[in-house]
Amino acid sequence: MVELIKVGMADLKVAQHPSVLTTLGLGSCIGIALYDCKNKTIGMAHIMLPSSQIALAQTNRAKFADTGILDLVAEMKKLGSDVRNLVAKIAGGAQMFAFTSNNESMKIGQRNAEATRAILIDLGIPLIAEDTGGNCGRTIEFSSENGMLMVKTIGLGVKYI
Amino acid sequence: MADGLSSLNSFQLDVLREIGNIGAGNAATALAKMLDKKIDMKVPQIRIMHFNEVSEVLGGAEIQVVGILLGVMGDISGSILFILDESSSQLLVNILMGNPQNAQLTYDEMTCSALKEIGNILAGSYLSALSTLTNLKIMPNVPDLAIDMAGAILSVPAIEFAKNSDTVLYIENEFTDGLDSVIGDLFLIPDDLSYSRLLHALGVE
Repeated sequence: MVELIKVGMADLKVAQHPSVLTTLGLGSCIGIALYDCKNKTIGMAHIMLPSSQIALAQTNRAKFADTGILDLVAEMKKLGSDVRNLVAKIAGGAQMFAFTSNNESMKIGQRNAEATRAILIDLGIPLIAEDTGGNCGRTIEFSSENGMLMVKTIGLGVKYI
Repeated sequence: MADGLSSLNSFQLDVLREIGNIGAGNAATALAKMLDKKIDMKVPQIRIMHFNEVSEVLGGAEIQVVGILLGVMGDISGSILFILDESSSQLLVNILMGNPQNAQLTYDEMTCSALKEIGNILAGSYLSALSTLTNLKIMPNVPDLAIDMAGAILSVPAIEFAKNSDTVLYIENEFTDGLDSVIGDLFLIPDDLSYSRLLHALGVE
């Protein structure tokens, strides 16, 4: 049985093959999964906010897309990954409530997804699959075996991207 | 929230607890009227917890829960989120609609509308307690409903808190009619400026 490693909210983890990383109940947060095609090392972060610039307290770097993804890549390098071998998949960024008023902060899911894509482009890491937006919660599981990302929702069941 | 929730002193926490208390009292009265039953409440628990623990409080991040979100307007802005577990929402809706108590919930328009109304009344009770204590004008907006994984719904308040802190403040309520109990969690999510305005109005800044 392969070890299932849980990634909490505002948390990031890396693991060597064979292993499975999971994060439960993504809402507006983004779950980003990085896969090293060469050595099968995997990494996952559970990001809550697009940028560390907008926050007053920056104690936890994994919370933000900008600092979180940089740290995730750094951790993967420590396990011998080369950034050129990395590919990314992302899920989450939903809008859980329709929220009738025009509150900008309620579109945070969309902004999280946009920020994540932009940072991946900056780092030159190809985004090869994503399941973002909508209005449902997602649980994801990422396997080092083949780099498949399982996305589970309550209403729509399970799919692999 | 400039210094983060963890910097709240015990006096400030006491004030928040008192708001929770009065709010829960109002909510219990409102529930009793709505359901035409005698409703008791337990002293609400005020907790400040780290993100990692948040989704576990409701029995796991993947458990299906009902979340009712209301925008807050007036002298402060932000939102208030009320979360009910499935058995609690089933109980409340069935009593309210006159269904048998163990009837399975289907989330049709009628049920959703009933849940929104329950959220409206409960959240309204808190806001009026807060409004009375602070002398601030605080009004709820139209309620909005989501039925999904606990973790996903909790990400809404968690993200708001995350802007300035690594912890979340929440109030756990338990209401009972003697036989069955309803457990609901309440998250008050003031915008950045509103938080200090609130504490200031309470004289605990």
